[in-house]
Amino acid sequence: MTALQHVKLGTYFVVHMPEPDDFTFWRERARQLVQCDVPPDRVAWVEPGGNGSLFSHGDRRLPVPDDATRVIRASKRFLSIARNVAHHSDPERFSLLYAMLWRLQSNPRLMEDKADSQVRRLEDMDKSVRRDAHKMHAFVRFRMVEDEDGNEHYVAWFEPDHHIVRREAGFFVRRFANMHWSILTPRGCIHWDGETLRESGPAQKSDAPQGDPAEDLWRKYYASIFNPARLKIGAMLKEMPRKYWKNMPEAALIPELVAGAQKRESEMVDAGAMQFEDRPETLAAIDKAIHACRKCPIGSLENQAVMGEGPDDASLMIVGEQPGDQEDQAGKPFVGPAGQVLDAALETAGIERSQTYVTNAVKHFKYVQRGKRRLHQSPTAKEIDVCRWWHEAERAIVKPKVVLAMGASAARAMLGKTVSITQARGEPIPLDDGSELWVTAHPSYLLRLNGEAKAEQERLFAADLAAVKERLGELVE
Amino acid sequence: MEQMPPLETIQKLEILADAAKYDASCASSGTAKRNSKGGTGVGSTEGMGICHAYAPDGRCISLLKILLTNHCIFDCHYCINRKSSNVRRAKFTPQEVADLTLTFYRRNYIEGLFLSSGIIKSSNHTMELLVETARILREDHDFRGYIHLKTIPEADPDLAHQAGLYADRVSINVELPTDTGLTRLAPDKNSRQIEGAMGGMKMAIRQSKDERKRFKHAPRFAPGGQSTQMIVGADAATDSDIVGKASRLYGNFKLRRVYYSAFSPIPDASAVLPLKRPPLMREHRLYQSDWLMRFYGFAPHEVMQATGADGNLPLDIDPKLAWALKFRQRFPVDVNRAPREDLLRVPGLGTRAVGQILASRRHRSLRLDDVAKLTVSVAKVRPFICTVDWRPTLLTDRADLRSLLAPKQEQLELFAA
Repeated sequence: MTALQHVKLGTYFVVHMPEPDDFTFWRERARQLVQCDVPPDRVAWVEPGGNGSLFSHGDRRLPVPDDATRVIRASKRFLSIARNVAHHSDPERFSLLYAMLWRLQSNPRLMEDKADSQVRRLEDMDKSVRRDAHKMHAFVRFRMVEDEDGNEHYVAWFEPDHHIVRREAGFFVRRFANMHWSILTPRGCIHWDGETLRESGPAQKSDAPQGDPAEDLWRKYYASIFNPARLKIGAMLKEMPRKYWKNMPEAALIPELVAGAQKRESEMVDAGAMQFEDRPETLAAIDKAIHACRKCPIGSLENQAVMGEGPDDASLMIVGEQPGDQEDQAGKPFVGPAGQVLDAALETAGIERSQTYVTNAVKHFKYVQRGKRRLHQSPTAKEIDVCRWWHEAERAIVKPKVVLAMGASAARAMLGKTVSITQARGEPIPLDDGSELWVTAHPSYLLRLNGEAKAEQERLFAADLAAVKERLGELVE
Repeated sequence: MEQMPPLETIQKLEILADAAKYDASCASSGTAKRNSKGGTGVGSTEGMGICHAYAPDGRCISLLKILLTNHCIFDCHYCINRKSSNVRRAKFTPQEVADLTLTFYRRNYIEGLFLSSGIIKSSNHTMELLVETARILREDHDFRGYIHLKTIPEADPDLAHQAGLYADRVSINVELPTDTGLTRLAPDKNSRQIEGAMGGMKMAIRQSKDERKRFKHAPRFAPGGQSTQMIVGADAATDSDIVGKASRLYGNFKLRRVYYSAFSPIPDASAVLPLKRPPLMREHRLYQSDWLMRFYGFAPHEVMQATGADGNLPLDIDPKLAWALKFRQRFPVDVNRAPREDLLRVPGLGTRAVGQILASRRHRSLRLDDVAKLTVSVAKVRPFICTVDWRPTLLTDRADLRSLLAPKQEQLELFAA
């Protein structure tokens, strides 16, 4: 019987695939069938273990083409897609490929018609296989076991959607060429011993090792790298669907990370304790607000806030560190010993204190209790930064032309960074709002010195004040 | 024999991974192809990066992203590791980081290492430690996976050069979009120095490419190029400022990527920072505008045209739709005739859909149904195109088109205050 007779007689054919992913076998048989003009609806393609009951009466012996040299054409695009689609788990994949090959004979450019439903279906299957392969590269998790000789063997359990295990062996060989590894799957296994690749039949999850101490490290990393201030569960699920979770050690953490995220974020914000409202717009409002301020631990000591003092349009603002014991009791800045040093120096330089706005970088007195005495303690950088909020509010209202920062804390409050007084003094530093900053030592520093050093520092302090006076004269004119 | 690390490592890992999470980049793509065959170690790179896991924040975990140490002598306000911050500190040795990288890599958890660090002792000392880590991986263990090194702009150019010889990608963060923001929030940094270092990297990358054209065995220098990161929402910079800065950076320094990181409220924040995080959507819109410039033929000034009066991109609709609504005279576009550049301007048509339209229309005159098969939402595309059987007629000119296309507002809760 000739091939043509077969077709005319309406014979059906059945092709039994030896392997579920054997593209070469399919290509040989498909070419032969097209050469015999057997239309797609007369062929059934059955994969191993599949049932071909619909066509059980079909002929297993394929027709022999009259002209075996007749050229069958397919576009490059079709071939590259077909190679992937052959690995798909859809039992209809080989029939669909044959139908497309059949149609390509009359329309060689069919694959370009992206709006054709069969083309789209093939493209989707191709995409699905490539995605599965990519996810296998990504989500295989090896566990290390040692054999009797102490050699390391890395074993993974993975459940692919499609018949891709053999196809993806090359990736793992290239990546882990010098390791001994096995990837076990329900669709067959691959093993690499550093030199050759071996295949074996389907495995079960219980065949794989159940844990690896390194997974604790990995889980810790996964939990730590996650930023609870951002939660995008949809984005995660899109790329890492739940079906993969059961074989990924880190995925067990996801529910608790998500549940804890909102809580952790609000804790982070509270820990910053920065729930500032709108900035007050009058000095009186600042005065009132600082008395209630508990943004840093100093505010919770037994003390009162000390507000700046002076005209609200002063052209000079003097900033100290923080109120001392006497200032705290009086509720006024610079009234203690350091205040007296300052007053004397201002008078020498010819600066009217009553025309000057005098305030502190930190609004509350920080101390440690020693018996009946409260000993001064320097504020931390963090405390200065927190209090900068109030101090900036004062500056925004008074708008001084010149700010004189006395001591390292005041300089930090103005600049946001710690500077050396020795290096910063004597030169104006421009500020954001167009005013300028001068830096000098704190008067209490002068009180702690003796003899030669004291005389030298007093001279420098006086010189700084004189320079500020001169600069003020220039600016106010 | 692989030694299991002592318990202490797990605590250091927790601190130093936690400290690294504010860095947005985790890409492992675009470098030279290589594999471990014929070598003694592990590792391969095949062009496309691989995300080995996704965190619930939606971000890809591709690399072991950690700091060598979170001790720092700098005092940048937006940074959790700044000197004045009150966080737990830890320090890894280069050997510990290399061991951890290999432990993870052999189990297929990661593509490689992304190493950054706080500044300890000096910029040069820190940079030496970063380079040493990469050297241990590459030379002692013949590691052929991906390495991304954060480069410290203040460090000696020779050290930065060594980093480029071991790493696939180097990056230097510009940190903030404006110079005033940088001066205010990162007082120890200086934009001229940062951009100078980026310029140096650009030259070294270009020179290495030239040399490899002439000499097959010339050493590779950062084959994955360089990238940078900007923090969004910590200062007053508008989206216009940011887009402008990004396009200058792409142009001047041939960057592979500019990453945007929405400022996150960090524990122990400094008082000069805003307390609230900017909406995550803002970061997303900036990435979309980045895409428009890189793949859709939009010029920076055109993206800026999509911003509102406040200089920011609208949050409720994407920048491409915002642009189309402002320039309605450019629409509708005929999908059967229009050139690629015009099709790329249609809101709702991606590069892939445009490619498929161009291929399909050689075979048939496209109808609205055909377009529907190629796009996610034909309803979004419809007002801006014509097909054989569809013209939007008045739709394109309707005053309320924006509200028709913008996603519906979430219904407010009843009795909400």
